[in-house]
Amino acid sequence: MVEQARPPALRFDNVTVRFEETAALDRASLEIAEGDSCVILGAAASGKTVLLKTALGLIRPDEGRVYVFGVDITDLPERELQAIRSRIGMVFQEGGLFDSLTIEENVAYPLLNQPGARYSPEEVRRRVEEALRFVELEHTLEKFPSELSGGMRRRVGIARAVVTEPDLLLYDSPTAGLDPITAYTIMALILKERDTRRATTVIVTQRYQDGVWLSDFRYNPSSGRLEPASGDGDMAGPRTRFFVFREGRVVFEGTRAELEACRDAYVAKFVRR
Amino acid sequence: MLDLLKMPVLSVQEFFVLSGRAIRNVTRRPHYVDDIILQMDTIGVGSLPIVILTGFFSGAVMALQLTKALMTYGAVGKTGELVAITLVREMGPVLTALMVAGRNSSGMASEIGSMKVTEQIDAMRALGTDPTQKLVTPRLIATAIVLPLLTIIADFLGLVGGFMIAYFLLKMTPAQYWNSAWQALEYSDLFQGLIKPFAFAFVIALVGCHYGMQTTGGTQGVGRSTTRAMVVASVWIFVLDFFITRFFVGV
Repeated sequence: MVEQARPPALRFDNVTVRFEETAALDRASLEIAEGDSCVILGAAASGKTVLLKTALGLIRPDEGRVYVFGVDITDLPERELQAIRSRIGMVFQEGGLFDSLTIEENVAYPLLNQPGARYSPEEVRRRVEEALRFVELEHTLEKFPSELSGGMRRRVGIARAVVTEPDLLLYDSPTAGLDPITAYTIMALILKERDTRRATTVIVTQRYQDGVWLSDFRYNPSSGRLEPASGDGDMAGPRTRFFVFREGRVVFEGTRAELEACRDAYVAKFVRR
Repeated sequence: MLDLLKMPVLSVQEFFVLSGRAIRNVTRRPHYVDDIILQMDTIGVGSLPIVILTGFFSGAVMALQLTKALMTYGAVGKTGELVAITLVREMGPVLTALMVAGRNSSGMASEIGSMKVTEQIDAMRALGTDPTQKLVTPRLIATAIVLPLLTIIADFLGLVGGFMIAYFLLKMTPAQYWNSAWQALEYSDLFQGLIKPFAFAFVIALVGCHYGMQTTGGTQGVGRSTTRAMVVASVWIFVLDFFITRFFVGV
């Protein structure tokens, strides 16, 4: 199959981000092709969240360059960044919901407030309901984020990220601190979004199991369940790359098989289940 | 030593960057009209009771205090004139601004500060909207519209307060009081009395939002920002008041 020469969805070129004296990212380079999935593993404070924020332009790198959809965003002015950001969906670790807005207003927020977004009230309503139905929370429209559980808040966060149908989705530790069943629900949603819309998916996590879901499973739209991705053709999931971060550096890059074969003690720590 | 100086200088720089952006956004799309109206309601309608009370009683107190001095010169009839001038030029704008600073600078700092520490500001940016445009500019526009109006209300109620004293305690006739009050005022007094709240509105909104945006360090940080916003806004209102007055009153 001949690959079309499309710019990678996300490219980091020797990026360094410093806070005071410590480097949160240290000459990190990575490239994620459009349509791929990417799992970023790392201990706490290994620069994972900073990586996502840098990809969005929320944090400016001290050195190196960041490209999103082939556009160099390193020195892009804030106003032009907004256009790029509206093509990216970001799910924050705790959901990042606006606590003074209802769930409906939260999910509608990007539709109503992004510059250049022009939707009729009916269209907004329809898309909000669709996004909430997607995360199976359509009955919570009038509630406030504080009335929902942690897992539900994250699902609303996902609904808000996908409501604009972005081309690139970033998930910051989507399953951290959740029980296994809720974590499964969240991962199922992430796979569902990825496989129904073929969006590029980047997930940052401490749990290797999340990566396994992403690389070895796919969402089956007819049964509505996750099933093992196998062989090629329709049944194959998208290509999944693994990255392992340690203190802001990329210490491993490769496929799942390569990751499991890796002998490095730090890397192997994540693979252990 | 240099580090000690670095923080305030950086903070001042951040303040002016934020102010510049907020003011530039006034003419830029998108305009969040709903947010402006909502803020006008919280700042304007919300401040009405305290502005009415402070306006009324400051006028009344002024009339009481002045009576003593005026009696020495046998000029009690001038009560209306003095109340009108001090109120419209000075007390009305400054007291109203201080009240609104106490209520809303701190309110803005705590609201935006809480959003900052819970990553909501980051979320806002991540969703492709500019927090300055969405949060700061509407508050600035709303305060700049509403504060002069509140000042007019405070001025008027202050005159009514002064009248109550003049009528009930000093036994002046309504015509005596209101005529002297009305004739004392010149256009320059009104202009001075309205340009002040307009200028104070920038201090109130921008200082409040600045400290909100600068918040770090969780709930405690929000408390710190709230207090600082109120103190700094109040002090700057007095400083700015001096310079505006100096500009109008050439010695």
